[in-house]
Order: sequence, then structure tokens, then C-alpha cells
Amino acid sequence: MTRPRLLAPPSDLLVLLLVLGALLVLFGVGTAGFFGTATLGSIANRIPALLLVSTGMTLLMVTGGIDLSVGSVLGLCGAVAGVLMVDQAWGLGAALLASIAMGAVAGGVNGWISVKLRLPSFIVTLGMLEIARGLAFLATGSRTKYIGSAIEGLGTPIAGWVVSPAFVIALLVVALGQLLLTRTVFGRHLVAVGANAEAAAISGIAVDPPRIWAHVLLGALTGLAGVFNCSRLGSADPNAGVGFELSVIAAVVVGGTSLRGGRGSVLKSLLGVLIVATLEAGLVQMGASEPIKRVVTGCVIVAAVLADSGRRRA
Amino acid sequence: MILSAQHLTKRFGSVVALDDVSFDLQPGEIHALCGENGAGKSTLIKLLSGVHPYGSYEGRIDVQGRELRLRSVRDAAAAGIAVIYQELAFVDELTVADNICLGAEPARWGVWLDRGQMQQRATQVLAQFGIALDPAAPMGTLGLGHKQLIEIAKALARDSRILILDEPTAALAEHEVQRLLAILAQLRARGIACIYISHRLDEVFAIADRISVLRDGAAVCTLPAAAADRASVVRHMVGREITELYPRRRTAPGPTRLQVEDLSVADARGATRLQGISFALRAGEVLGIGGLMGAGRSELLLHLFGAWGRRSAGRVLLDGQPTPGDTTRALRAGIALVSEDRRRYGLHLEESIGFNLSLSSLGAVSRAGLLQPDAEAARNAECARALHLKADSLALPVGRLSGGNQQKVVLGKALLARPRVVLLDEPTRGIDIGAKLEIYRLIDRLRADGCALLLVSSELPELIGLSDRILMLRDGTIGGRFEDAGDMTPEALLHAAIGAGSNTTTTTSPPPPRASGS
Repeated sequence: MTRPRLLAPPSDLLVLLLVLGALLVLFGVGTAGFFGTATLGSIANRIPALLLVSTGMTLLMVTGGIDLSVGSVLGLCGAVAGVLMVDQAWGLGAALLASIAMGAVAGGVNGWISVKLRLPSFIVTLGMLEIARGLAFLATGSRTKYIGSAIEGLGTPIAGWVVSPAFVIALLVVALGQLLLTRTVFGRHLVAVGANAEAAAISGIAVDPPRIWAHVLLGALTGLAGVFNCSRLGSADPNAGVGFELSVIAAVVVGGTSLRGGRGSVLKSLLGVLIVATLEAGLVQMGASEPIKRVVTGCVIVAAVLADSGRRRA
Repeated sequence: MILSAQHLTKRFGSVVALDDVSFDLQPGEIHALCGENGAGKSTLIKLLSGVHPYGSYEGRIDVQGRELRLRSVRDAAAAGIAVIYQELAFVDELTVADNICLGAEPARWGVWLDRGQMQQRATQVLAQFGIALDPAAPMGTLGLGHKQLIEIAKALARDSRILILDEPTAALAEHEVQRLLAILAQLRARGIACIYISHRLDEVFAIADRISVLRDGAAVCTLPAAAADRASVVRHMVGREITELYPRRRTAPGPTRLQVEDLSVADARGATRLQGISFALRAGEVLGIGGLMGAGRSELLLHLFGAWGRRSAGRVLLDGQPTPGDTTRALRAGIALVSEDRRRYGLHLEESIGFNLSLSSLGAVSRAGLLQPDAEAARNAECARALHLKADSLALPVGRLSGGNQQKVVLGKALLARPRVVLLDEPTRGIDIGAKLEIYRLIDRLRADGCALLLVSSELPELIGLSDRILMLRDGTIGGRFEDAGDMTPEALLHAAIGAGSNTTTTTSPPPPRASGS
């Protein structure tokens, strides 16, 4: 019936799970020590930031928008946290909030300009990509800020657990994101606006607010991801997150979210993240060079879009 | 006999879409094809036009004495068969002549476009059928009615001998329909054969030589038009007797709901599109809004809903209070709009039926912003039952439904918002007669329940049959008011719509609502 499903249709989910399983088997058989702590650790470390931003990106892409600036904004937010903690001696909690606020502001600017002024978010966020990166360098004086143990706790496994606090928080955000999309009025509005904005307006939905809030939400999650990213290295690098937006978009698209808006699932983006992260880590483990990694990642994106359009036609 | 189809049967899996249907067409004949949606009309057309190629069906089709074995749509065009679809395929950026020659451009040395010859060919074919259009005009500047004529001209420029028109008048205004029918009559005189599909029986009887009725994939009968009457055709289509087309429960209208006073509205470019509109709409009545396309009917409804235009004068009161200027608050205040273009403005086609039904009334099935899936499902199921919606599951995409059932979903969505005023823009466009009757009954029930309804319709019999009072618009102003049922004759209404001595009319497509897509 009309019950919004908490889980996506099993067929799509199954395909993604099979792909993930195949990759794990492939790399497990093909490379020695893939299931060693080093590789799994590097995947687990990389995942929280990807998960957070992919969740936000899924919600935004459902409305038909896109944000290319997340890599730079991640760098900027990390830089803000680094500067505050190192130069101003702020605590982790306060710096975390400031970083999230910074991201929300960047997202709000993206959203307000693209939605209210009716400009393509593709171009507006391309501008923000440059602006945020420039600001990150300005904030840090172009130097990496070494924060140290004050922030590393977020990224190191909890005593007695296998996973880090960052990982747990990221999973929580994924669950909340999926709930938001499928079980709330706001989520329904995101889909309605993305699938057919004109019909949504005639149905009495104010079409601008969901689009702007999706940008803000993505920005805030990117801010959180920026701090997680710092915790991985114990430092804030103004160069952090270069090319990050491509991994995020790849993960979301692999998860089946439509670039044209109206369709997407946070849960499937989670699998997309796992697939992309496994692929990248596995290729490294196999000794593939950086250029080969990029060729393969590009092919995966195109293949995902192809599979998606095939499913649409069927 | 120019075309003869014998014992056609077409199956899709276990479904028999066409069951042993025979059909023939004489040169210079207009043969109307009637039937409800799903009766098999479209399938028959697709067999005749190569969409379903030879070999995918049983039976035999002959054209001019030779068996037709179409492999593709291109083959059909080569065999002189042209289909004019509802959705027209044109390049708006090119000129009329370019479009007429599209796909068959004359070229010098096989490379260079021969503009002179294109122009000449277009001028010739337009003149031949008395279509007064400039071949050099950009296609995008033409209205839908003219575009359709260009599509026909394009077919004739390729020596098509058989024209198939699929619901050609669904989106046309009355005067455009008349023009189209006149041109079809000319073509008939030149020996062109025509298969004419329409839900509008008035047109069928005005133009057809013979009428064939399909029902449930089978041919029910073929009658000479002169020997048939509306009632018998409808009976054959529906398979049962229709006693009253327009139901009416007599109710005394209640208090004034919507008061429109001296309203003037300009479009985005500042041009005045509505001027000096005043009327009152009371609870429990249907006020019909008629007029030619471009007269401002849709604009009026969209503006009342807060979705279009800038008000330059006047005011609109809902129960004595000024109406809000945006759709969100208008809906909350109790106004609902059923748009004329259900595929664009009415529905989210890829989303489920339930998603669409709920969209305007999510507040009623949520708590603190959190949806209550069980409450939502139960409420939507009840709504679907009340609307006699024919669907296996409300989880199906709404785009898979027939036009009539899609329209019921649009109406259901509006009604679930519990409106006090319902604005209906062409609520029965392009849907079959069975679904029409159900929509009519629904309108009547809303009226009886004390709803105030504004009804825009291009079909005069429908407008007259359903409305308590009628307002005719002409070029954005009120061209006539009809308060008594006795005065509402098609002639009088048309006269009010066109105006005395005026024979120029503008044709524009309806405006997009103000809040547009990205």
C-alpha cells in the first residue's frame, strides 16, 4: 500500500549488496592481507566523512540539486576547527559546533543563491569550491595546523569496540537521514520538489524551502565531516578534501540516486559508500597506481549511471 | 478501398488487446473510431502505423490492394500512412518551413540545404489547404492549434494518402476545432482517407462518414454516421444504457464563499491579461467559466490560487477575508486547484498513487512532522474507494494508470485537503466517457456537500450541463454572464466568447505557475 518503505525495494538493495560482496571476495582472494587490520582500518577511517556527506548529498540530489563544493567546504571547516583549537585553545566540542556552523553557512549561501536567484546549483557550488578552498588557506596561513591528541579520540576505536566514535555517529546520521527522507513530511516534500516542482507548487507545497534546507543540511554535515577528517590525521590541512566531492557523488550515484532529482535512498548511498571505499582501498592494496585508481573509479560511475538508466527503462 | 484490415488480433502476453478486429477505409472517407480508453483504439493504430511491426500480430492489412508488412514507423510513412499524435514533435527554434521539411530536407548536391525549395514546398502545401501561416515564422510562436495543422501539412507534403488523427482536438479551443474540421473536409474532397479518433462525439457526428465502435478489444459495430445517433454510440461504447449524462441534485446555494471584485492581473512581462473581473461564488454551486483558449480562463484560476500573475487592481475575498498570494497558504485557507495539464502540474508521474493522493494533505497524516504510515495508507485507501479508482495497488506509479484514473487521483489529492472552494480546470480533458461520468457525479456530490466550484471547460455541452451559472471570458474581460439555464445555449455562449464582429482570436498556451521548476 502507500506505506513509505523504510527499506528500499529489495531488488536494488540486493544488487548493491551483491556488488559489494563480489568486490570483497575479489580483493580478498586477489590480494594478500586485504582482510588485515591495515586495510580494514583504512576503510573504516575513510568512511565516516564519506557517509556523512553522502547522506547530505543524497537528500540534496533528491531535490534535483547538487553541491560540488563539499570537498573544499570540508577543508575549510577542518581548518576553522584547527585554528580555533590550536590558536584560540577552544575545546573540541566548541570547535565542532563552530565547524558545523561554518558548513551550514556555506551550504546556506549555496542554497540561497541557487534557489532564490534561480541559478543552477552546479555552477554556484563550483564557485563555492574555489571560495572555500581559498578561505581554508587564508584561515590557516597556508600551513597545516597540528592539533594532536585533543582531536584524535574521535577517530580512534573506542576501548573494547572495533569502531571509532566518528563511525558510530556517521551510522546514526545515516539512519536519521533515511528516516527523514522516508518518514517525515519534510522528506516527502524533498521528493515532491525534486520529481516535479510545478506539480508540487500546485499541490500547495512551498518549493523553495526544502531545496534551501537540503543545501544547509549538507553543509552542516560537511562541517562535521571536516572535523572527523582532522581527527584521522590529528591535524587540519588546508588541502584536505581535494577531489572528495567526486568520491561522494560517485557513492551516491552508485547507490542509485537520480541526478535528475525525485529519487534516492540514504540507505543505498551507504552501500554506495562501502562499494566506493572498498574499491579504492582494494586497488591500493593491489598496488594499483593513482592514475589506474582514477580510471577505475570513473568507469564505475559511468557503469552505475548506465545500470540506473537501464532500470528506469525496464 | 484504400485500406483493409482483416481479423487483427494482438496479444501482450496473456492479455488480448485486440481481438479479431476487421476494419476498412475508403478513399475520401473520414472513419471515426470510438471507444473508451483501453478499448483497443491505440493498439489498432499502432498496428496500422508500424509501431507494432508485421509478425507481432495475427491477421492481414492491405493498403491499395497490397499486403502491408511494416517493419517500422518509417515504413508506414513510405506506404503513405501518417499518424498525427496528441503530443506533437516539432523543433520550436526552426521555422514552419523547416519543420514541414524536417527529415526530408531538399538538398543541393546532397549537402547544402535548399532553402528556396523548402520555402516553396511549404508555401505550396499551406496554400493548398488554406492555412494562412507564414512559412518563415518560428514554430515556437505558434499556438497548439496551428502546430497541429503544420503536422498535417507535413504529412501531406510527403504524399500521405491515409491520415490517422489520434485525439486531435483534445487541447484545442472551439474555433480551432472548427478550423481543423473544415480542413479535414477539404482533404476528404481530395480523396485523402482519414481515421479520426475522438472522445468528443459532437465532432465525430459533425465530420465522420462512418463510425466504428471498439469495446474491450473487439469491434462492436460499424455504422454510417447518418444512421447513428449519440445515444446508440455511447451505448455501444459503454455497453450499457446511459440515462443521464449530467447528474444534478437540486440544492439551494448557500452563503457567498469567493468574492472577486474588479480584478485586473498582469503577467510576468507586465501585460494585462485579466481586466475588470467581478463575480461571486456561493457554497453549493458550480460557476462555469468559458471562453476561447487564451481568453484568460486558466490564468484566472491560477491567480485565484496564488500561483500566477501580479494583481494590478481589485481584490479577492474568501469568506470575507483577502485570499493569500501563494499556493501553500491558499491551500491551507481552503482553496484547491485541479490543473488542466495533469501530467505537468497535476501529478508526480513516477511516484506512487498514494504519494500523489497524500501530497496536499500530509499534515492530516503526520504528527510533529513525522508521517504516520498506517493512518496515511488507510485514509488513501478510503479515498481511492470513494473515487472508484481502478488500481491493483496504491503503491503503483500513478503514470501507469489510464487518463481517467489519473484524473481521479488529481481530484482525490485536492479533495483530501478538504477545500471549501475547488477550482477545476478542464477536469475531463482527454478521458473516456465512463471516467467522465464518474467525474461529473463527483462534481455533483461536492456541490451537494456545500463546496463552491469554479469549472473551466472547453466543451460547451459539458459546461452547460454542469454549471448553475456561466461566465464567458473574452480577451481577459467578461464577455457575458448567463444566470438562467434557459439562456445557456451553445450559440449564445460562443457569441459571448467571440464577441460581435470580432473574428480575430489569439491562441496561446497556458501560463506556467509562478513557482516553477529549477
